[in-house]
Amino acid sequence: MWAMAMKEFRQMRRDRRTLAMMILLPVLLLVVFGYAASFDVDRVKTVVVGPQAEQAAAALPDRLDVIRTAPGEGRRDAVEALRDAEAAVAIVTGDGQPQVLVDGADLFSARSVVTELRGRPELPAPQVLFNPGLETSAIMVPGLMGVVLVFVGTIATALGVVRERQSGTLEQLAVMPFRARDVLVGKLLPYLGVAVVDLAVIVAVGVLLFNVPFAGSPLVFALGALLFLFVTVGIGVLISTVSETQGQAIQLAIMTMLPQILLSGLIFPLQAMAAGVRWIGYLLPLTYFVQVARGVMVRGAPFEALVFPLAMLAVLGAVVFGLSVARFRRDLAPAGRRHDPGQAGDAGQDETAPARAGAR
Amino acid sequence: MTGPENRLWGCRGLRVRYGGTVALDDVTFEVAAGSVAAVVGGDGAGKTTLVRALAGTVRPAAGTVRRPDRRRLGYVSAGPGVWADLTVDENLSFAGRAYGLSADQLEVRVGALLERTGLAAARDRLVARLSGGMRQKLALAMAVAHEPELLLLDEPTTGVDPVSRAELWRLLASAAADGAAVVVATTYLDEAERAASVLVLDRGRALLAGTPDEVLAATPGLVVEGPARPDGVPSWRRGARWRAWSADGSTPPGTSPVSLDLEDAAIVAQLRQDQPRAA
Repeated sequence: MWAMAMKEFRQMRRDRRTLAMMILLPVLLLVVFGYAASFDVDRVKTVVVGPQAEQAAAALPDRLDVIRTAPGEGRRDAVEALRDAEAAVAIVTGDGQPQVLVDGADLFSARSVVTELRGRPELPAPQVLFNPGLETSAIMVPGLMGVVLVFVGTIATALGVVRERQSGTLEQLAVMPFRARDVLVGKLLPYLGVAVVDLAVIVAVGVLLFNVPFAGSPLVFALGALLFLFVTVGIGVLISTVSETQGQAIQLAIMTMLPQILLSGLIFPLQAMAAGVRWIGYLLPLTYFVQVARGVMVRGAPFEALVFPLAMLAVLGAVVFGLSVARFRRDLAPAGRRHDPGQAGDAGQDETAPARAGAR
Repeated sequence: MTGPENRLWGCRGLRVRYGGTVALDDVTFEVAAGSVAAVVGGDGAGKTTLVRALAGTVRPAAGTVRRPDRRRLGYVSAGPGVWADLTVDENLSFAGRAYGLSADQLEVRVGALLERTGLAAARDRLVARLSGGMRQKLALAMAVAHEPELLLLDEPTTGVDPVSRAELWRLLASAAADGAAVVVATTYLDEAERAASVLVLDRGRALLAGTPDEVLAATPGLVVEGPARPDGVPSWRRGARWRAWSADGSTPPGTSPVSLDLEDAAIVAQLRQDQPRAA
C-alpha cells in the first residue's frame, strides 16, 4: 500500500498543474466566489420621469439610486429605459399618484424593490414589466443557454483539437498541404454547426417547456449567440494549444467555465458583488451573452440597446481568437514555412536555417 | 532541364537544437528519385528529428534542407498517423482530398491502393479495429495516395510482425519504382540492407553513410565469430554466438572470420568512435 501511495505522490508532485489546481484553486475560488456570492442588491438604478420628477426623486427611499430625472419624459420613455437596461426601476409622475415600474428581468433588484415598496403603504404598488410573475426560469433559461454554448464551444472544441495532438495526427496534418487556417476552420466548422443546432433546440425548449418569453428580434439574438460562440470556440482552441492531454484540456476548460457561471451575473447579480471581483465579471464573455439573451428574450431590447454587450463580445472574440490562431499556427508549422502550399514552385524548395539561429 | 528522376532531396550540414540539446549536428544526407534510403540508429540517435526536419516540422538551427513542395511530399509519422475513428476508406479519401485529387482520381487511386496493400476487404472497417501492421500499411497508402516525389517514413515497421514488415518493404520498393525518393528511419539494420543508401546516426552525428556495400567495405579490420567470448578484443552477442572486432585483422583463438553485415559495421563504427585508440 505504501509503495502505491509513494508512486502516486511522486506522480502528483510532477503534475504541477493538477497540484496547483488541488491546492491553490480551492482557496482562490473560495475567496473570489465568497465575495461574489450575494443576492442582496443594496442600490437599484432608478429613473424618474414626468412633471414632478424632481420632487418624487427627493422622496424615494435610499435603496432607489436615482441616476436620472427627466421632467419632460413620460411613461413610454420610462418603459424604454427599463427595456434598454438603463435602470431597473422607473418612477412615472403625473397628475395622480406616481407609477412605479420595475424591470422583472432584473430579478433580484425587482424582488428587493417589490418587497420594500409593499411594506410601505404610503408608496404606490409597483408594476412589474417583462417578467410580471418574477419567474426565476424566465431569467435563468436565457443565461443557461450561454452555459450550454460554453460546454459545446469550449470543451468540445478543446477536446477535439487536443485529440489530434494526443493521437499524433496533428503532426500528420502539419505536413499535409493545408494552411493553418484551413485546418483550424475545417476543424471548427462541425463544432460550430452542432452548437448552432444546440442553440436552436435549447431556445425551443426554453420557450415551449419553460414558457420563457421571446419578445425581441431573433436576428439580434442570433448575432449575440454567434459572437459568443466565436469567443467560446476561441477559448477552446486556446486551451487546446496549451494542453498536451484531454485531461489537461478539461481541467483548463473547467477553470474558465466556473468563473463564467458564478461571476457573469447568471446566478448572482453583478451589482450585488464586491467591486474587487465584479471587474472579473466584466472580462467574461458569458456576462455579455447573458445581457444580450435576457435583453432580447425577456425585455425585447432592440439592437441599439445591446450595442455595448455585442461590441464587447466582438472585441473579446477578436482578442481570444486572434491569440488562439497565432498559437495554433505556431503549433502546426514550427518550421516557419515561408511558402504557401498553393504557391510554391515545381522545383521544390530549399529551407535554410535562419541566420541568427545558426550563428554561434 | 532536370527531370524528376534526377532530383536529389535531403540536407546539408544540418543542425537541429531542442533548447540547449543538439539533436542533429552537421548531418548531410541525400536521396535520389526512385531509390530508398535508410536512416538507422538507436533510440535518441536523431532519426525522428532528421525525418521531421526533412518534412519541415522542425526548424534547423544551421544547414539547408531540400524538399519538394508539400503537395508532393508524403509522410508517415512515428505515431499512428491515421484517424482511428474513421474507416480505412475515409482515411484514404481524406488524404487524397487533402492533396487535391479529384473525385475520379480518388476513386481509381483508392481502389488501386486498397488492392496493393491488401486492405480491400477491410475498407469499411474502423481503423481502431485494425491490427498494427494493417494500420501501418494504411498510413503508407495515405502517404503515397498523391504519388509524392519524396516519401518520408519514421519507423514504419517498429512493432510490426515480420510478414507485415516484408509487405511494407514491398510497398516502399513499389513507391520507389514509381519514381519517389523514399527515406525510411528504422532501428532494424537488416531492413537497412535493402536500401540503396544508408545513414547510420549516433547521438545526432553521422556515424556511417553510403551504399550498404560502401559502408561494409569501409569497415577496417576483421569481424570474427566464435562460441565463447574472446579475450582482449571488443565483442558482442549475435544469437547464441559471440562476434568480435579485430582491429589489426588477426584472428583471436577460438574464432573464425565471418562476412560482416550492416549491424556489425555499425557496431564497429560505434566502437571506433567510443575508443578512438582501438582504431
